[in-house]
Amino acid sequence: MWLPVAVFLGICIIIALVRVFLGPTVPDRIVGLDTINTIVVVSMVVLGAAFDEVILIDVAIVYALLSFVATLFIAKYIEKGKF
Amino acid sequence: MAANIVTYIFIAVGCFLNLMATIGLHRFPDFYTRLHAATKCTTFGSIFLIIAVIIQSISVWATEGISSPQSVLSIHAFIALIAILVTNPTGAHAIARAGHRSKIKPARAVVDDLEQEEHHD
Repeated sequence: MWLPVAVFLGICIIIALVRVFLGPTVPDRIVGLDTINTIVVVSMVVLGAAFDEVILIDVAIVYALLSFVATLFIAKYIEKGKF
Repeated sequence: MAANIVTYIFIAVGCFLNLMATIGLHRFPDFYTRLHAATKCTTFGSIFLIIAVIIQSISVWATEGISSPQSVLSIHAFIALIAILVTNPTGAHAIARAGHRSKIKPARAVVDDLEQEEHHD
């Protein structure tokens, strides 16, 4: 049941990755990167349910919190031009 | 059996919302509307997909008894859902504020209220 969902989310990641490469300005690329982060967290939870591995869901929690910190620092960078 | 039907409905809604988010990244004209599409749709798609995982694991947990390993899976999926719910709108707000501070105009914008308020200060 869960593996086709994970493949579908992978296709969504590829579509969002095209926006990261094409984006005309820097914040457009950041929006694409934020979308990819969220979809990666969801696909890790779905893969954890597919293989009955709780460790994948723990990795998803840590990835969500770390990508939040990374997003905040990138936002601070494009606001001021330096860290 | 009823849990399976509810799980399939939630999976369908979650996959549809995630696909709409990635299509909205390409269809909208400027930065702010892309952020609008991407953040809202991925947040709701994440909610529905993780709730589908939780429903499925709780139904297996109810059939296998109290000491099933599915209990740990459902509780940790719930913690991951809370982490996404806290971090995703906050990150989107930070990106939008940084984009506005770096003088990015919306497409076809005429009046910018925030910039006029800054001039009054």
